[in-house]
Amino acid sequence: MGIYEISLATMICINIILAVGLNMITGFCGQISLGHAAFYGIGAYCAAMVAKAGASLPVSLLMGLVMAGIVGVIVGLTSLRVREDFLAIVTMGVGFLFVGVVRQQEALGGELGISSIPSHGMGKLGFLALVLFLAALVTAFSLLIKRSWMGFAFDAVADDEDTASILSVDVTAYKLAAFAMGTAMAGLAGGLYAYFARFIVPDDFGFIPSITVLCMVAVGGVGSVFGVVIATVILTLMPEFFRFISDYKLFVYGALLFAVMRFAPEGLAGSARSLVHAIQSKGGDG
Amino acid sequence: MSDLMQISEVTVDFGGVRALSNVSFSVEQGEFLGLIGPNGAGKTTLLRAIIGTVTPQSARFMLFGRDIARLPTYRRARLGLAMTHQIVKPFHSMTILDNVALAAGHRRIANALWAMSSFSRSAERRRAMGLLESVGIADIADKSVVGQPMGVLKRLEVARALAMDPKLLLLDEPLAGLNHVEAARLADTVAGINREGMTVLMIEHNLGEILRVSHRLVVLDNGYKIADGHPVEVMQDQAVRTAYVGKEKKDAAS
Repeated sequence: MGIYEISLATMICINIILAVGLNMITGFCGQISLGHAAFYGIGAYCAAMVAKAGASLPVSLLMGLVMAGIVGVIVGLTSLRVREDFLAIVTMGVGFLFVGVVRQQEALGGELGISSIPSHGMGKLGFLALVLFLAALVTAFSLLIKRSWMGFAFDAVADDEDTASILSVDVTAYKLAAFAMGTAMAGLAGGLYAYFARFIVPDDFGFIPSITVLCMVAVGGVGSVFGVVIATVILTLMPEFFRFISDYKLFVYGALLFAVMRFAPEGLAGSARSLVHAIQSKGGDG
Repeated sequence: MSDLMQISEVTVDFGGVRALSNVSFSVEQGEFLGLIGPNGAGKTTLLRAIIGTVTPQSARFMLFGRDIARLPTYRRARLGLAMTHQIVKPFHSMTILDNVALAAGHRRIANALWAMSSFSRSAERRRAMGLLESVGIADIADKSVVGQPMGVLKRLEVARALAMDPKLLLLDEPLAGLNHVEAARLADTVAGINREGMTVLMIEHNLGEILRVSHRLVVLDNGYKIADGHPVEVMQDQAVRTAYVGKEKKDAAS
């Protein structure tokens, strides 16, 4: 494997952690977030600062994860007051706020960002192995949550909050749990990205990355862990294989988001399910 | 009989409109209480205030001597209140069985952390199946709720509420939308559950059925309680006849 393939694979795994995290919030619990990259950024900046101060890799990653999770719970508190499209606006605002604040902070490098982040010291392949392991861990954890009674309660909250509360679901606790877990995953992805890129600027965590990750979740099929993982792989590779897409990335993602919402609102996972269903019922008839 | 719940001085305003004015009555342990009244009388609002999805201007709801009027809905549900909706609200992403199984697992979901490490749904699904049998829709348990007829969804609501193991069952027009055979059957089911000790507070427009199964009637009109007593006596009450039956007769005549 060449250096290019290794870094591409690393980026795919980081994006998987990021997208699986958003799927926790938007897919499982039904709370839309247009500012997921802000938590990715919080993780990245936090890990980068801590690493530059001399902390080890595990400590920096953990700090990024915890910090993003804490801010995630605070933003999650807004989801208790506003719903659906209003929550979309609020989370979008959080995304802009993050970039706006970071740009103005000399301590965080302002527009120039943070450079010469210490090396992880495990070699490119070693780092890929770590990121791959963490992506697998996050995906497995997410599947476990989906199967647990917490996932069952998330389904209820995503469907109808008021009815869920009549059935004794503490909607507040479940929403905050979803935000805490999803944003902590974004923080972990951010920390990994900081070590991977070793140079971060505010725009790495702006509106476009937020939409990109939302696109991965929507194309994969909101709520489906496997669908989201597959869509993340495809959408991360696509601009690499088709260079011209890279120039029109935003256009392609926007068109994709529109097409999915219009023609296949359940994404890849939903389309695959209906395909299997169609084949099965055809087989049954024949 | 002792009081299970004392409902006192409930007043609810929606903007400038007073939906309920100072309504008070008690629900006794083990009774089947019917709540009736013409359209717009405030019956559903009262039920929603009791469960907590409507916030009253003032109210006291003493459940076993404890005021629950300030508690959030999910805590009232944990203390033993369950409610069905007049306009059915099934979880669309789930099968009929899982709608009920979720409610049957209300102890597992009480604590989010515990819910995270709790996986088996088989006991709850068995329990849910039993409840679906009791309301007569067990044969379609594995079907999606999407596209089911009203009769099925109404019975699903009742089964889901029963799965909460409530101490007080609040039913908002469970019989509406059912044909008279289905309605009589579901009323019998609810009456049977009541005979086994469940306290029931039921709103119903189907006067024939409510008179047949309830022990006591409370009548609301225009946000006021206008009668409270034995069904036969209440229906002979002049105020009730004017507000309720009288209006219908006038309507029928016109």
